[in-house]
Amino acid sequence: MTTPVSSMILVLIASLVGSLAAVFLKAGADRLHRDIASLKRAGLRLGAGITLFLLSSVLYVWGIKNGSLTVLYPLLALGYVWTLVWSKIFFGEPFNKHKIYGLGIVLVGVTFIAAGNG
Amino acid sequence: MASSMSAAQADGGAVAVPRAASRTSASSIVLILLCTVVGAAAQILMREGANYLPVAGSEGMVLSLLTNWPLLAGYACLGLNTGLLVLALRNGQLSVLYPIIALTYVWVAMLSPMFFEDSMNAFKVLGIGFIVGGVSLIGFGSRQ
Repeated sequence: MTTPVSSMILVLIASLVGSLAAVFLKAGADRLHRDIASLKRAGLRLGAGITLFLLSSVLYVWGIKNGSLTVLYPLLALGYVWTLVWSKIFFGEPFNKHKIYGLGIVLVGVTFIAAGNG
Repeated sequence: MASSMSAAQADGGAVAVPRAASRTSASSIVLILLCTVVGAAAQILMREGANYLPVAGSEGMVLSLLTNWPLLAGYACLGLNTGLLVLALRNGQLSVLYPIIALTYVWVAMLSPMFFEDSMNAFKVLGIGFIVGGVSLIGFGSRQ
């Protein structure tokens, strides 16, 4: 089955939206403490994170309607790469060799599993 | 840094020394591992539930959806999955914890042959090996 470019773009956007969802969940989690006032501060960000996750899954399902999962599944996994970049920009988490090589190896693994499902 | 401060506050002051932003706590890693198991359960339950989806607009569609227990349990697991992710993210780096979620693929690939007519094959075995290896490398880097 050939995979239309429009499907690839939809899944790529889904991966981007999903990675931003993770950023909002992390921002919310950092503000979450054992008191009611913190729930207010965290709640908005957690809500935004959950909403973006739902949006990401809608885009993903829309994207995989046409095309091969062998191609589209690994594209979704690129969300891990975006998240690595956001972690550095928004939370000052340093890059290190383990993260970069480890992530590369994970992506190879996801691609193999997608191939095995195909 | 804001994240190291919140890590100390999250412990209710029980830990005298605030954790550095560069550290990911062992409890966070355990929570995120639990999150991947629940996430895999969600995927398998929703796939099972998808077998019993009613025709859109058919009579009794709503009742059929509301009694589709694998689907409902799948959504419940998805909610639990998100809750565990948030708890895990409180005491750790996003860039360390988030890629660990890829282990969900491993559990789904290993469990699917038990529940569906899926089979294990060389590609999947290789994929599982690579994901476990990559996640371990990231985790190892975070403990140094």
